[in-house]
Amino acid sequence: MNAPVINAGAGPSGTTPVDALVRFQGVTKTYPARRGSAAVEALAGIDLAVPRGSILGVIGRSGAGKSTLIRLVNGLERPTHGSVFVDGVDVAALAEAELREVRRSIGMIFQHFNLLSSRTVYGNAALPLEIAGLRPAEIRARVEPLLDLVGLADKRDRYPAELSGGQKQRVGIARALATKPKVLLSDEATSALDPETTRSILDLLGTINRELGLTILLITHEMVVIRGIAHRVAVIDGGRIVEEGDVFDIFTRPQNATTRSFLADETGRNLPAFVAGRLRPEPVAGGQTVLRIVFRGPFATHPVLSQLSRALGIDVNILGGAVDAIAGRPFGALVVGIPSEAAVLARTLSFLAERGLDREVIGHVA
Amino acid sequence: MSPDILRLIAQSTADTLYMVAVATLLGTLVGLPLGVFLATSRKGELLAAAWANAALGLLVNATRSTPFIILVVAIIPFTRLVAGTSIGTTAAIVPLTVAATPFIARLVEAAVREVDQGLVEAARAMGATPIQIVAKVLIPEALPGIVLGLTLAVVSLIGFSAIVGVVGGGGLGDLGIRYGYQRFMPDVMATVVVVLIVLVQGVQSLGDRLARRVNKRLRRA
Ligand SMILES: Nc1ncnc2c1ncn2[C@@H]1O[C@H](COP(=O)(O)OP(=O)(O)OP(=O)(O)O)[C@@H](O)[C@H]1O
Ligand SMILES: [Mg+2]
Repeated sequence: MNAPVINAGAGPSGTTPVDALVRFQGVTKTYPARRGSAAVEALAGIDLAVPRGSILGVIGRSGAGKSTLIRLVNGLERPTHGSVFVDGVDVAALAEAELREVRRSIGMIFQHFNLLSSRTVYGNAALPLEIAGLRPAEIRARVEPLLDLVGLADKRDRYPAELSGGQKQRVGIARALATKPKVLLSDEATSALDPETTRSILDLLGTINRELGLTILLITHEMVVIRGIAHRVAVIDGGRIVEEGDVFDIFTRPQNATTRSFLADETGRNLPAFVAGRLRPEPVAGGQTVLRIVFRGPFATHPVLSQLSRALGIDVNILGGAVDAIAGRPFGALVVGIPSEAAVLARTLSFLAERGLDREVIGHVA
Repeated sequence: MSPDILRLIAQSTADTLYMVAVATLLGTLVGLPLGVFLATSRKGELLAAAWANAALGLLVNATRSTPFIILVVAIIPFTRLVAGTSIGTTAAIVPLTVAATPFIARLVEAAVREVDQGLVEAARAMGATPIQIVAKVLIPEALPGIVLGLTLAVVSLIGFSAIVGVVGGGGLGDLGIRYGYQRFMPDVMATVVVVLIVLVQGVQSLGDRLARRVNKRLRRA
């Protein structure tokens, strides 16, 4: 049977009031006009919290303001208005020298890794500690366990040119963790990697989050990254957060058009081509009405469809669908066709509503 | 060739090496920091000091656009002030250094500007000070380019050192002119040219080897 949606308690959502390690408050960022180009409002009125110990993913298209947003956290960029708090300290109000101190408690990883080609794996991971003025013995005691953690102990004396992309990002992660930061910032850290390597890097980040309790703010343009590790997700578009919430909720009940477009390729959202091509807005006599039924939480799909056929005496035609897990919770979507009759549709919708299933009329086919 | 001439050639070679070596050393001592400063001090850059950048840039350009032979003569008072005389091998080091410094500065600037800005950004994100960024990121990362630039500077200085013969600077160029040309001893001239070629070749391949050694960007088998 399809149980009602149970909040399986994944992630630290819902804990009120949120203990935010990073908090954006009324942040705007305008890049001033330059010769030949107008001013750019990169961020407009951002309010966003990253709960302590959680992974928040920010997703958006190119130019949406993601990099600007993340760079505000360690003061690489200063807001035009508003505040950015990191563990209670408004970094936007700090002078450069104070900011340098705070940056040592914030790790960052990059799309293109940004490793020093002149330093070995060890030397790269040691750099932030050298900058912080630690002695060589202290540095060694800190770096070697980190190289073990990221699985690169055997590459200790290699140079970045001798590593694969995934290995380079592992060095980047070791380097970011060297100063025992409170928060890890990830700017498209997997965008230059193939899907398999992306998976392994995301797994590593997930492990670090669980085992070290490290708070992670990551930005990406790929939904697969969000669903891979994030607890919460914020969708950014045109410098504004257009939707924010628990990853499972956003995936299963997206409200915003931008969010939907990011989900287009995700579980059960894509219509099969043979349906999509024939879809019409108006019912066709003797045709079918196409519905999407979304199952959230623990469920079994078959009983619903067979019950539906039996109870309403109609044929239910399965056109597509998929079953999957998001943020560790089962989730499925089915696209079905039912006879195009107003009465049938109304009864079907109320039947599904009674069972707590999300349903959506997509269109009609002949 | 007589043993005297051979001794002269050996002495001139030593003079040339001495002038070039000292001028390179002094030129690097000033040119390296100057080049790093030029590469990092425009508006919005690490050491942002736009006025100083513009002023030093102008000075560098002025020196570099003056033909070396004119420079040698023009700074004779300065040479006398620094070296106590304007004639001789040691005095010749002064104009060589004055010519080498802006040249080296521009080569260093170019090498430093080649460094990926992402690395500077990463270092900033670690809380590095501008000085730390220069010392730990920019110079090490630019080192292969700097080594190649210095090689080029040494090769150019070997050529320039032949010109300082005009003001009694000694060295191989001077020898070639006085014996090879004025006393018409073609064998001396030929020997001088061969020694110069060997020197330049040697410096270049040494520089190339060193640059490859410090360049960790290349994958090695
Ligand atoms: N230094 C800058 N000066 C002027 N405009 C800038 C600057 N940095 C970013 N912008 C502009 O601000 C907007 C947001 O840029 P941002 O880099 O934050 O986008 P993004 O979401 O990270 O995009 P991408 O996915 O392509 O990296 C863009 O319109 C960009 O052109
Ligand atoms: Mg970006």
